Amino acid sequence: MSVEIQSLDPRVNRLGLHTHEPGSPDTLPPHDHWGTYQVFHQKKRGDRHTAVGIVHAPGPELAMAYAKEQFGRRGETANLWVVDTRHVMALDYIDQDMFATTPEKTYRDPGGYKVNDKIDAYREKMSHEHTP
Amino acid sequence: MNIPHKSFPIDDAHREPLRHLLTALADDHLILGHRHSEWTGLGPILEEDIAFSSIAQDQMGHALGFYSLLHEHLDAPDPDIHAFTRQETDFSCCQLVEWPIGDYDFSLTRHLFFDLAAGLRMETLSLSNFKPLAQLATKIRGEVKYHMFHAKTMVSQLGKSSDETARARMQTAINRQFGLALGMFEPRVGEQLLDEANIAPIESKWRDRWLEALNAVLDGTGLHIPDPERIEPVYGGRRGYHTEYLQPLLNEMTEVFRLDPQAEW
Repeated sequence: MSVEIQSLDPRVNRLGLHTHEPGSPDTLPPHDHWGTYQVFHQKKRGDRHTAVGIVHAPGPELAMAYAKEQFGRRGETANLWVVDTRHVMALDYIDQDMFATTPEKTYRDPGGYKVNDKIDAYREKMSHEHTP
Repeated sequence: MNIPHKSFPIDDAHREPLRHLLTALADDHLILGHRHSEWTGLGPILEEDIAFSSIAQDQMGHALGFYSLLHEHLDAPDPDIHAFTRQETDFSCCQLVEWPIGDYDFSLTRHLFFDLAAGLRMETLSLSNFKPLAQLATKIRGEVKYHMFHAKTMVSQLGKSSDETARARMQTAINRQFGLALGMFEPRVGEQLLDEANIAPIESKWRDRWLEALNAVLDGTGLHIPDPERIEPVYGGRRGYHTEYLQPLLNEMTEVFRLDPQAEW
């Protein structure tokens, strides 16, 4: 049995809302299933756009209208991008093993080169030359 | 601190017309802001709820801006006192903004009608010879630009919808409130004087530009406006004649304020 919702908020009472019948499925009509758009936020001109989250929208224009309020409502914003999530190609986590050995390949880290040692040696040498 | 506004000179002949203009703008934004805020928590989807609530907050901010100009330059009381203690007949909002929120189609259409007009008003007023108003209008213009983007996008999506009911509902909403919308442009007391002084144009100039802009927005959406020549504009609001819906709104809006008008927030 459904019961009319009584609220302290007069706006809610005006709507004459009813609670769901217990056990009844909460189904949405087909048009209410909107896809998602990925939102990229740029704080200042020249900065990179950073992925900040998603909005639900029926199309790119409305996605932008929503992104502006979800992710541009506080602080600074220079620009926003929205991208249909279906246009993002992503790897499967099952393929994460492709990266399993990368942390071992320290010769690819900038730290793997002996540049700092060379710089230190050079500084040492210069300071000796300039000491009277 | 240097507050240049305080000393901005106003010709004696312009004081009353300017008071009418600013009160109309302030009351329109306050009442519609309150109406829009009634959707908060009840919007059709979360994203839309947040966007529409932000627009409501913006409207309140704009109202505060106009009440502040009245307070600083035209001897009106403090904005809170001015907004929350006047009698219904002292309000000069147009009747369009008073109507209950209805269904979302009604509120969205009203949002389009109103913000399209607000955008045009701010554009012109940003060049006003009354500099404090020009500064405020310039500040508001950016926010209204977003309101227009939101309204245009929603209305044109629904107009172009493959769902016939959606299209019919939008067209009905347009037809139902078109006379009310024309009431936004009710002639103001002394508007000719302000027009001649390049402070603000007469309302009929704004109405003509609004009709042009509205036709451009609806072009290609399948939605259309009724023939303005055949629709009677709903006037009276600017002179204190209101619908039965305004008083209950004022009661609800001022309920907390009236508990203790001196309270510091």
